[in-house]
Amino acid sequence: MTTFQPATESPTSHIGARQTRVEDAALLRGLGCYADDAAIPPGTLHAAIIRSPHAHARITSVDFSRALLMKGVHGVLVGEDVKRWALPFPVGVRQPMEHWCVAVDKVRYVGEPVAVVIAESRYLAEDAIEGVRVEYEPLPPIIDPELATAEQAPVLHEAVGSNVVNERHFRYGEPEQAFEQAPHKVSLKVKFPRSSCTPIECYVVLAQYERATGIYDVLANFQGPYALHTVMARALNVPGNRLRLRTPKDSGGSFGIKQGVFPYVVMMGLASRKVGAPVKWVEDRLEHLQGASSATNRVTEIEAAVEADGRITALRYDQIDDCGAYLRAPEPATFYRMHGNLTGAYAIRNLQVRNRVVLTNKTPSGLNRGFGGPQVYFALERLLQHIAVQLKLDPLDVIRRNLVPADAFPYRAAAGALLDSGNYQAGIALAAADGGLDELLKRRDQARAEGRIYGIGYAAVIEPSISNMGYITTAMTPEERRKAGPKNGAVATATINVGPLGDVSVHVSSAPQGQGHQTTVAQVVAEVLGVALESIVVNVELDTQKDAWSIASGNYSSRFAGAVAGAVYKAALKIRDRLAAIAAEQLQASPEDIRFAGGKIFVVNGGAVAPFHRIAGATHWSPGLLPEGENGGLRETAFWSPPQLEAPDDKDQVNSSLCYGFVFDICGLEIDRMTGEIHIDRYVTCHDAGRLLNPALVDGQIRGGFTQGLGAALMEEFAYGEDGSFLSGTFADYLVPTAPEVIEPMILHMETPSPFTPLGAKGVGEGNNMSTPVCVANAVADALGRSDIRLPLTPSKVRTLIGIDEPPRPAGMEPDENLDAVPAGGPALRANDSVVIPASPQQVFDTLLDPQTLAAIIPGCHDLVLEGENRYRADVTVGVGMIRARFEAKVALSDLDPPHSLRLSGSGSSSMGSAQGQAKVRFVELENGHTRLEYQYQVAVSGKVAAVGGRMLQGASKVIIGQIFTRLSQRVSGQAISTGWWARLRASLGALFGKGGAQ
Amino acid sequence: MRVTADQTFPIRLELNGRSREALAEPRTQLCDFLRHDLGATGVHVGCEHGVCGACTVLVDGVAMRSCLMLAVQGHERRIETVESLADDDTLSDLQQAFRRHHALQCGFCTAGILMSCVDFLERVPNPDETQVRDMLSGHLCRCTGYTGIVQAVLEVAAQRQTNKGVKQ
Repeated sequence: MTTFQPATESPTSHIGARQTRVEDAALLRGLGCYADDAAIPPGTLHAAIIRSPHAHARITSVDFSRALLMKGVHGVLVGEDVKRWALPFPVGVRQPMEHWCVAVDKVRYVGEPVAVVIAESRYLAEDAIEGVRVEYEPLPPIIDPELATAEQAPVLHEAVGSNVVNERHFRYGEPEQAFEQAPHKVSLKVKFPRSSCTPIECYVVLAQYERATGIYDVLANFQGPYALHTVMARALNVPGNRLRLRTPKDSGGSFGIKQGVFPYVVMMGLASRKVGAPVKWVEDRLEHLQGASSATNRVTEIEAAVEADGRITALRYDQIDDCGAYLRAPEPATFYRMHGNLTGAYAIRNLQVRNRVVLTNKTPSGLNRGFGGPQVYFALERLLQHIAVQLKLDPLDVIRRNLVPADAFPYRAAAGALLDSGNYQAGIALAAADGGLDELLKRRDQARAEGRIYGIGYAAVIEPSISNMGYITTAMTPEERRKAGPKNGAVATATINVGPLGDVSVHVSSAPQGQGHQTTVAQVVAEVLGVALESIVVNVELDTQKDAWSIASGNYSSRFAGAVAGAVYKAALKIRDRLAAIAAEQLQASPEDIRFAGGKIFVVNGGAVAPFHRIAGATHWSPGLLPEGENGGLRETAFWSPPQLEAPDDKDQVNSSLCYGFVFDICGLEIDRMTGEIHIDRYVTCHDAGRLLNPALVDGQIRGGFTQGLGAALMEEFAYGEDGSFLSGTFADYLVPTAPEVIEPMILHMETPSPFTPLGAKGVGEGNNMSTPVCVANAVADALGRSDIRLPLTPSKVRTLIGIDEPPRPAGMEPDENLDAVPAGGPALRANDSVVIPASPQQVFDTLLDPQTLAAIIPGCHDLVLEGENRYRADVTVGVGMIRARFEAKVALSDLDPPHSLRLSGSGSSSMGSAQGQAKVRFVELENGHTRLEYQYQVAVSGKVAAVGGRMLQGASKVIIGQIFTRLSQRVSGQAISTGWWARLRASLGALFGKGGAQ
Repeated sequence: MRVTADQTFPIRLELNGRSREALAEPRTQLCDFLRHDLGATGVHVGCEHGVCGACTVLVDGVAMRSCLMLAVQGHERRIETVESLADDDTLSDLQQAFRRHHALQCGFCTAGILMSCVDFLERVPNPDETQVRDMLSGHLCRCTGYTGIVQAVLEVAAQRQTNKGVKQ
């Protein structure tokens, strides 16, 4: 293989320099061009998506007639349209599952698109959501992935007949024998939660269907197009050349998450077709958090056969991946991206794996930085720590004893990964020495001697990069693969053009989202062609109709440094070779003696010199004078795919990635015994990512990945209620690390170049997303002496691990058992309160039974219609936090025991979700004849209200329910209750003029 | 002034030193108005509920979330966005420090962070790291881990103090 050689004799080397970024000049001025900044064609309409408030339901009807009459509305796209024009998305396993871009018969997760309103502005489109009436027949949801595997579990896709949509068993070496012979068997069951790296820019799609040509022309901040372009084209039922997909220059972060834009590319293409105009859609944050994408949550049972000294002779994985409601491409890749290197940094020859892909009523999972890694290492590295505890060994010794020997590279791991290069022993030694491990161990001793809770964790991680596009076929059996034809490789693409003035332009097919690709590409080209870095223009936009691209993993799987920069290097060499031949003739030297530096092309050892632009310009201005075989023009495209990325073989061995970097982390942390809060004392992270092309950018990647890893460890989780309600719909509910919570990690580097990439570089962007969650978990396990560590390690969870005895409930605070009868919803909450009313219990009781009173005391009640005895239909506007919605409600008074107690209950649904609640009301007579009205209530909500209002719910329900009884009190005691705005105005004017308010 | 929901209202304001006017409905968010009606696309919208801070602009010199303000609230106010920070050719000291310290990657949150920093350094000219991190807690950045941002702000504060000392 070609490995990196200094390309010039110039002493100034660009490759490896801490070059500041080319991108920053525009971004810092606010002159970036993100998808929502792009100019839109005149007449562009805007879309708003109606989403399911139910986790699992049959759609019985969608009536949008009222929406069509609303201001500015041009049309509504529904399942029927989609069925007429499009196809379901292709999936990676052979199962009769249909995933359409808009639900056609059933909804299977909260937030699933059901219809798209298209109007003249985003505001008007959102208004018109109210005009679409969707009737559902709710079905029992299934949220827990283990319960979903049970035979009696509700099934999401009836045609499949089971929620387990793919199951594969793998066996490498002789695992049964190794387990039989092992003196120790150590096992652990772990669960990895759902989270997302949440880019700050949400999804944006601008689509135009060209009726004359049948072309869908789409601009989106998609992280692609690559393999998923074919998925979109097939869903749109067009050949690839009729889906022109473009990505803008800048993207506000992705971390894999923007791969999830692809269903919306199809949806908005169809929306444009429906209304005959360009359609733009900008996702909002609630839509993003609840319905965009998520890391796959996993349940793993892992077991090791272990010798007395900690050496592992065999590993057994039993893994369940919860991919959500649909198996969306590229799933089930979360499993198979890591498959070849499931034995991690360790020389374990015997391996047994059972992988089950399970569907549940959650948002479909997808790419998220670290993809598959955090899940695998959370099991494997927790197990290593657990083995040490069980066998009373030093965890670091257990790690060291199992490492792949330093002289064994390239090393073929049990499941097929060809670990390209490394020296894991040296990495650990470097981290321990420069990271001050001895000092950290002393600090732990001292802290523990003082009664403080301190722990140290380690994580040794192989960071794969440059995915094999064939790894996903490991989900199929060898027979199925033979039928489907082999898939392998990963093509990187780069094009360099040199213009008539000697100006150099580069295009890479990579679609970056902030990694600084323009800078690094310019560094490589400047080095090879000897021109000024600043003079090079790098274009990172992508247009599938005009640019060179191929099936590869795009910018995912950290393939930029190894593959894309490598392709740039290859293209630059092609240009240089052509220029050297031209210069050799003009300068009368041999091509081998031609050098490039300082904007000049010259003959080695002080020979003849010519400006770069003159030699390059000759290809345009005087092609007739060029050497033979030189056709003129100067543009070269390099396609590069490494031969090591072979298709999975018949024994299911797969080299799932080209490069395997090494990360070793040490974390020292202290836990606050009172609050359960974790304070990271020191975090050391040592990386071997092969040759570093720009160390400043590498450190930036590590810091970012570390911070996201810390977030996953300590606070980030997509929470779901038992009914499938999504409970993390704002950045106040889904917490991500902010500056005060983040510490600066100590970053250490070593460089073992990859023999397989043109520049010796490996990927580096994802290591800490894989290593940090488990490293922190191991430190907490060490601190608390516990093995049952669940992420995220929030203070309350840690406090529970520390162990506390809950004090008994104070007298009078016992819960009313009857209240538990409220159906389980999202965040159910209970509370009680009381109010004293200057009237007798009988008076109060009778007043409450009066419909007029009821209408007056329910806050936001517009209308109350008697439906039966003490049962009413009401129209109520309720606000929780930022959400205000009009509910069609049912209100009832029951369990009447005059004048002692009754039950007040209500339930309602709106476009914002549904709510139900009930209150047990007691009327206690006081000595002065007045009444103390005691009420104990319980409220449950689902849908959008639950997703964004969770935090505010407690306060809001206290206020709303408090208002009911305060108003009752006012009504009974003869004070007027005013409900209309005019009355409120009168009251406040009254207050203003000192006449006493009515309220 | 009283307007109804579907009526538009002429909003006059000073944007980055220039007097601007356009029509807005009473419900139009200030961020949307600045971006789509006045073309200040440097204002970025990340969450629309006041947590991420990407949309932060200066209103009469004070850092504000433009997603939590209505366009009508910007009427006759002085508004500065990230586009105001650099001269034609030269980045401001803060922008240069951000570049030196690799304080941005995707750049989406950066616009708002810079505006908060401008306001903050006016009020707290000599902050310590804790104060800087506390100020940044009003912003979410998913790329950088905040290190470069903290370093850049501290460096600019120190530079400005030195420059002030020299002038005196």
